[in-house]
Amino acid sequence: MSESRRSWTARLVVILPYAWLAAFFLAPFLIVLKISLSQTALAQPPYLPVVDLAAGWQGLKDFFTALSPDNYRLLISDSLYLGSYLRSLTIAAFSTLMLLIAGFPLAYALARMPRRWQPVLVVLVILPFWTSFLIRVYAWMNILQREGLLNQALLAFCIIDEPLAWLASDTAIYIGIVYSYLPFMVLPIYATLEKLDGSLLEAAADLGCRPRKAFWLVTVPLSLPGIAAGALLCFIPIVGEFVIPDLLGGSEQLMIGQVLWTEFFSNRDWPVASAVAVVLLSLLIVPVVIYQQMQLRALEEDR
Amino acid sequence: MRKGPSWFNIASIGLGLAFLYLPIAILVIYSFNASRLVTVWAGWSTRWYAELLQDQAMLEAAWTSLRVALLSATVATVLGTLAALSLVRMGRFRGRLLFSAMIYAPLILPEVITGLSLLLLFVAAAIDRGFWTIVIAHTTLTMGFVTVVVQARLLGFDRSIEEAAMDLGAPPVKTFFAVTLPMIAPAVAAGWMLAFTLSLDDLVIASFTTGPGATTLPIRIYSEVRLGVKPEINAICTIMIAVVAVTVVAASLLSKLREAKMAMPVPGAG
Repeated sequence: MSESRRSWTARLVVILPYAWLAAFFLAPFLIVLKISLSQTALAQPPYLPVVDLAAGWQGLKDFFTALSPDNYRLLISDSLYLGSYLRSLTIAAFSTLMLLIAGFPLAYALARMPRRWQPVLVVLVILPFWTSFLIRVYAWMNILQREGLLNQALLAFCIIDEPLAWLASDTAIYIGIVYSYLPFMVLPIYATLEKLDGSLLEAAADLGCRPRKAFWLVTVPLSLPGIAAGALLCFIPIVGEFVIPDLLGGSEQLMIGQVLWTEFFSNRDWPVASAVAVVLLSLLIVPVVIYQQMQLRALEEDR
Repeated sequence: MRKGPSWFNIASIGLGLAFLYLPIAILVIYSFNASRLVTVWAGWSTRWYAELLQDQAMLEAAWTSLRVALLSATVATVLGTLAALSLVRMGRFRGRLLFSAMIYAPLILPEVITGLSLLLLFVAAAIDRGFWTIVIAHTTLTMGFVTVVVQARLLGFDRSIEEAAMDLGAPPVKTFFAVTLPMIAPAVAAGWMLAFTLSLDDLVIASFTTGPGATTLPIRIYSEVRLGVKPEINAICTIMIAVVAVTVVAASLLSKLREAKMAMPVPGAG
């Protein structure tokens, strides 16, 4: 009795979240895939074909023959889309690199602080992440606008003669991204550095290794898992970023997240928006799987 | 990693924290600016806060956001904790790989993808969009974060206490509520708070899944912000920052107190 009841509740523990995610995370992707193969229509919902279950087998057959890869042909033939994908990947790659350059020294410094100070400092690094993403981007609009504090400061110190246009530029996008994603880079690196065994560095020193060399030969290689986790945690969402380029960037060149948004909200072209999403997802699926594997491995190691 | 910090380390931390906090500080200070021109300082004033109280649409949006966040964070915490239990305690069940993929993917997938796919599901299922669809969407988005937080705590504690309770004849459900839950409670609370703030924060997914009559605060703020910087927006942002800061600090103080109390009767535990 007790055994069977246990397995019943145990099963429920798994089934509840599993069912929720299957219904609201997995199933939607299949629908996106289906709609990306549909045609735009002046109807509600604004796409064709729609599965007609009443028509039975014939209805299903009609449904499948009506699907077409036209939206994907459009994505390939129109340089607007290709350009946006390329632009998003480039911006994500560069800003991940910048985040690494800015984030590693910060994580390293945190790990070397006296033990009792570390929790406070880590909370200080995380705290801005708890405030709204939108607010943090908006804060930079305050600073970067034409009459903003950055231009005022630069003018006051006579570094520039007339105000520069910071907003609506790629510089502003990079500033916004580095600012918003910094904690995501710092925390995973800090987590690996903090666990790093200090005696390894002592051993290197005893064997005559200079501190600088020991840093590159011992510290950096051992922190690679943290660096990889931080890089993925930043790179993947940045590729699809919408808010930052929309508020801080210019309107001549769009990132792919903006293209998807415009196709959906302005052009009301749901099938093309879906095709954009499917291609974006297929670009990101490899990094996502790598990230998932790293999470699972960490789970097994800690067990 | 021992050895003290060098000057370079201290400078890194100083610069890093300045970079993180200066923009927010400027935003807060300028919310008290008397001038409508956001760039000209004209003395201290609270007039934008007074005007905010007149802004019915903004207050309504804030109320909607609060209700969405309370509901979705609570459901996400229950589901996310169950998911953490499944991943850590249930061993290798069938479909575990797919399960973990569905848990971790929403954490990093661009929000435009998640938002669009959820919307298309609601349309396909002919569900009227509005308050409840945002709640469902935010629950799906945030439960993975709860799982990650709770899972870390579950991995960290001594399993033998649970086993002892079971050996003494406590049924699994009772063991969970009497032993496991109290031990993971700080992580569950932290997960709830994370889910709550993420829901309050979200613009993209809410924009996709909302319908007539359900405008959340970020959607409202975004529609204003697109037109440029405004002192009223600085004021509402300052209020949100203050709420979050007070909550986080209070929560960490509470957990410190709790830990101190829990540590006393059982020396050496944990």
